[in-house]
Amino acid sequence: MSEAVTRAHRAEWARVVAALTKRFGDLDIAEEAAAEAFAIAVERWPVDGVPPNPGAWLTTTATRKAIDRIRRESKRDDKHKEAQVVHEPEPRGAVDDDRLRLIFTCCHPALAMEARVALTLRMVGGLTVPEIARAFLMSESAVGQRITRAKAKIKAARVPYRVPEAEDLPARVDGVLTALYLVFNEGYLATGADTDPLRHDLTAEAIRLARLIRALLPDDGEVTGLLALMLLTEARRAARVSKSGELVALGEQDRGAWDTALIAEGHGLVRERLAAGVAPGRYQILAAINAVHTSARDMRDTDWSQILALYDQLVRVDPSPIVALNRAIAVAELDGPQVALATVDRLEDQLSGYHAFHATRADLLRRLGRGQEARAAYDKAIELAGNTAETANLTRRRDQLS
Amino acid sequence: MRYLVSVIDDKANPGSTDRQPAISEFNERLIAEGYWVFAGGLADTSAATVVDNRGEQAVITDGPFVESKEYLAGVWVWEAPDLDVALKLATEASKVCDRKIEVRPFL
Repeated sequence: MSEAVTRAHRAEWARVVAALTKRFGDLDIAEEAAAEAFAIAVERWPVDGVPPNPGAWLTTTATRKAIDRIRRESKRDDKHKEAQVVHEPEPRGAVDDDRLRLIFTCCHPALAMEARVALTLRMVGGLTVPEIARAFLMSESAVGQRITRAKAKIKAARVPYRVPEAEDLPARVDGVLTALYLVFNEGYLATGADTDPLRHDLTAEAIRLARLIRALLPDDGEVTGLLALMLLTEARRAARVSKSGELVALGEQDRGAWDTALIAEGHGLVRERLAAGVAPGRYQILAAINAVHTSARDMRDTDWSQILALYDQLVRVDPSPIVALNRAIAVAELDGPQVALATVDRLEDQLSGYHAFHATRADLLRRLGRGQEARAAYDKAIELAGNTAETANLTRRRDQLS
Repeated sequence: MRYLVSVIDDKANPGSTDRQPAISEFNERLIAEGYWVFAGGLADTSAATVVDNRGEQAVITDGPFVESKEYLAGVWVWEAPDLDVALKLATEASKVCDRKIEVRPFL
């Protein structure tokens, strides 16, 4: 693809698909016509030159293709389909962006989470089926089927193409953010044995979509919170894996390798939310915790009491055992490993299948000089960890025990 | 758009049995607001009979076509503009019936 088409694809794909879905009321037609329009651009633009308004050119071309298809099908099937072609789009307000409708439709709660992720990456992100298949280590046919089924359900059950009503918005936005965070986390700590431990393509795509949603819903604190959280996490990417392919713990990272531009942007967003003076949700609190971490030039300068206070706040919004486990890490820094271990041990029933539980325990036991128990906990963590760089780090820590 | 709305009960953990007045009241509202097409509670699955006449001879057997812990306790048919409207009503219906609800569109 030429550079102009690639750029237009990033900037305009979601807009073209969203506009066509609104006009024709059919995700299938919109997706196919958008793909056709980009294929024509690949052929025509190098010859005719890039049109002055690439987005408008692509939408017009895709609309023509969609009308062609509907005419073909209505000649074959029933005439009434033609009526859809003359349907005039309604005027839209600031929040009622077509792309937002598209995002909410793709992340509808009636769809399974895996379907939402695949559909959002295809329809909003513009990733191809082979790209999504590679991202989630699935076969192309499985991804294709997942997307096709989701589109069929949207059509058969008549999932509406609209931004939810104000009262339903927080819950529905949460569903969208969960899907995005899933994409980001798969890139942050990839689970496959044969993939790169960090998948920049996925984290970058999640950030791009989060930026888009923030542009569309600038007043939603959790959208801003998730974007800040992703930026502050992504900022540490270069320092997170060593040259030998080992995951580097936060305390041991070369902080000079952190991306200062991303940190500044993330901190700015966190400050914006603090200034809003509205009780924060989980993503905003997680972003604030990451802002404290990334404010310390040296691990020893970390303001652990502030981190603990934020975790206490997080426990109230999200009383999950995983939050309790992360809180215990801050407790270890403030009150010592003995106190933290007591907290961690109480989580065993709920977290015994989670590698980070055993890794945290192992680390605390090591600091308490309980080598044998630490070794057993590292063994368990290594057995459960799915990420190659993390396994390498845990193995080295275990082997360093005296 | 028409939706089949199934009320699902659980043999091991059945919903409460005092729901009828609340269900009647909910039905009145469905009718008043124009969603109601049909509603009916079902007798126990043990009262079901299966007929199979795909072969040479009709075979009549006792019992539901599939024996399961969860079973269909009743159905509604609703007319609703889209799935969001149907899901919102189903959320209320689940509370009213004290049972799980499945929403499935007709073709």
